[in-house]
Amino acid sequence: MIYRENGQFKSSYAADQQMLPIGQDRVFMVALLVFVFAVLPAVLGDYVFLSLLIPFLILTIAAIGLNLLVGYCGQISLGHAAFMAVGAYAAYNLVLRVPQLNFLLVLVLAGLVAAAVGLVFGIPSLRIKGLYLGVATLAAQFFIDWVFARVKWFTNYAHSGSVQTAPIEMFGWTIDSPVEKYVFLLSLLIVFTLIAKNLVRSHIGREWMAMRDMDVAAEVIGIRPVYAKLTAFAVSSFYCGIAGALWGFMHLGAWEPLAFNLTLSLNLLFMIIIGGMGSVLGCYFGAAFIVVLPIVLNQVPAWIGFPISTAMASHLEFMIFGALIVFFLVVEPNGLARLWAIGKEKLRLWPFPH
Amino acid sequence: MNKNTPFIAVCVALLVGLVLPLATGASAPGFYVEVLLGGLMAGVLYSLVALGFALIFKASGVFNFAQGAMVLFAALAVARLAERMPLWAAILVGIVIMTLLAWFIERLVLRPLVNQDPIALFMATLGVTFFLDGFGQTVWGSDIYKIELGMTKEPVLVLQNLFQGGILVNGEDFVAAIVAAALVGGLALFFQYTPTGRALRAVADDHQAAQSIGIPLNRMWVIVWAVAGVVALVAGVIWGSKLGVQFSLSQVALKALPVVILGGFTSVTGAIVGGLIIGVGEKMAEVFLGPVLVKAFDLAGGGIENWFAYVLALVFLLVRPQGLFGEKHIDRV
Repeated sequence: MIYRENGQFKSSYAADQQMLPIGQDRVFMVALLVFVFAVLPAVLGDYVFLSLLIPFLILTIAAIGLNLLVGYCGQISLGHAAFMAVGAYAAYNLVLRVPQLNFLLVLVLAGLVAAAVGLVFGIPSLRIKGLYLGVATLAAQFFIDWVFARVKWFTNYAHSGSVQTAPIEMFGWTIDSPVEKYVFLLSLLIVFTLIAKNLVRSHIGREWMAMRDMDVAAEVIGIRPVYAKLTAFAVSSFYCGIAGALWGFMHLGAWEPLAFNLTLSLNLLFMIIIGGMGSVLGCYFGAAFIVVLPIVLNQVPAWIGFPISTAMASHLEFMIFGALIVFFLVVEPNGLARLWAIGKEKLRLWPFPH
Repeated sequence: MNKNTPFIAVCVALLVGLVLPLATGASAPGFYVEVLLGGLMAGVLYSLVALGFALIFKASGVFNFAQGAMVLFAALAVARLAERMPLWAAILVGIVIMTLLAWFIERLVLRPLVNQDPIALFMATLGVTFFLDGFGQTVWGSDIYKIELGMTKEPVLVLQNLFQGGILVNGEDFVAAIVAAALVGGLALFFQYTPTGRALRAVADDHQAAQSIGIPLNRMWVIVWAVAGVVALVAGVIWGSKLGVQFSLSQVALKALPVVILGGFTSVTGAIVGGLIIGVGEKMAEVFLGPVLVKAFDLAGGGIENWFAYVLALVFLLVRPQGLFGEKHIDRV
């Protein structure tokens, strides 16, 4: 009834191609933006920002990056946390060695460094595909982990190999309190979402999807596999590099060499499976799910008066993660984003049956 | 590319691995042979885990990321059960548990996902990995446990008259290698000569054709996952007795991934040869290449065996995308 598109006619190409074609969606989006920018910072406490919203925003950027590669271009990667590490260490070194750089510029440069590394590790995708490639990307994960743990220059010869960052300042604004971080990250996330949304419906995104659906056929109709696959790797690593830099500077503050390990890579993969492969919206759902689940699992036993040890909680978390992934693959292989779409479809007709 | 390419590639790999350290002239031959043997022993264990991967991939086309978790799970089960009963009984119960697990996986994971993309199945095994890691530690505990195989851990000096100072050989490693070889031989016989083995080979060849002549696919999948479970159990017990049963075991088992892609997913021979190449290459790199790298780049320590296997496999793949013994894949539009 309320959510219907009758009478909303499109009279220009621009109107036909807009991102939110239905009027109610636009209203909803504006309301949502007002809510997240104005209402949330006013009502929520620091704990929610620090432990929920900030990791959620950063991981969403990383998940969008991985989804561009896996969900849109079909190249599986098990080593994307490594590119986050590249971004984080690149940003650390840039801030350390060229302190006069603006942090936004640092972010972009860190992303570009990660993109360059991603290009190098994407080269095998031209020869090998599918699961072979998945294992090959593990090489990136372990090699880059090792480089940052062992090469002292990257950590500025820190004694324990861990690095520390100072609060960020740009345009005379010191981003220090959780709320400020939240607003900064949220703005970045919106920008990156818009870029990703537009990328995947541009010719580049279409090339990626053709590659994903069948690479030989795509090549036959004139898509260059080298170009399509390597751009996907580069863009995806760029996103992850920026997410990594933000993860280091905004969330961790100080981190050890193994902060970006295989577990984080697999978590990123789970985000896009649970959220939905090939869906930008799904990245939001997946990241939210992965951030919230451990916290809920830690709290629930205490609420119902059955406290369990932290070790037990982490084992249970593993089990539930695993079971949920299998469950999602069996029940809804297209993830939460698909459920969302089904819900919207139902809402268009509600309360009428047809 | 002719039929001999894998063979030549192996020869080149061995040659590089063998000649490089000797050419640098940094070490005594006795020490060199010791490293070589150590690498081969580690390689045998990698082969064991890789064998499980290859078996499952051959029979059901699933790339089973959970093999490492199965190794850990089996080792934990045996270690904890052995506290209450004799070791042989614990191993028997362990085999029963792994068979049950195979049945559950087939029922709950594989059957609902039949006809899905290989990628989806792979993701499902990622889920199984997490589940097994958590489940194993919930049920069996998460400390470090021991498995006593009753073998001597004292290294023995052999061939003292051949090399100066002799060679230190670990008796346990030796037994492990023999057990692994026996297992591989047994599996080869099982696949070649029993009706079940023949049916499994048929399934591996072509699912639909096998089904059309009346081979029960689901039962075959249970069998092959159970066999892979038993292989995981053997690997877990041997490895557990060497390193202690703990969570890191499943991480070590991840090393079997480069082994299978190096050898080719579908090849049992590939799993074994690949394991040996990776085992030797890794040890050689750690001992002979590591110090050079540390000196050259002023590193904070070696540890290149963490990634060497993967990079080695990657380089092999660039030359031979289907692995050493894998079947060449032809795409049709």
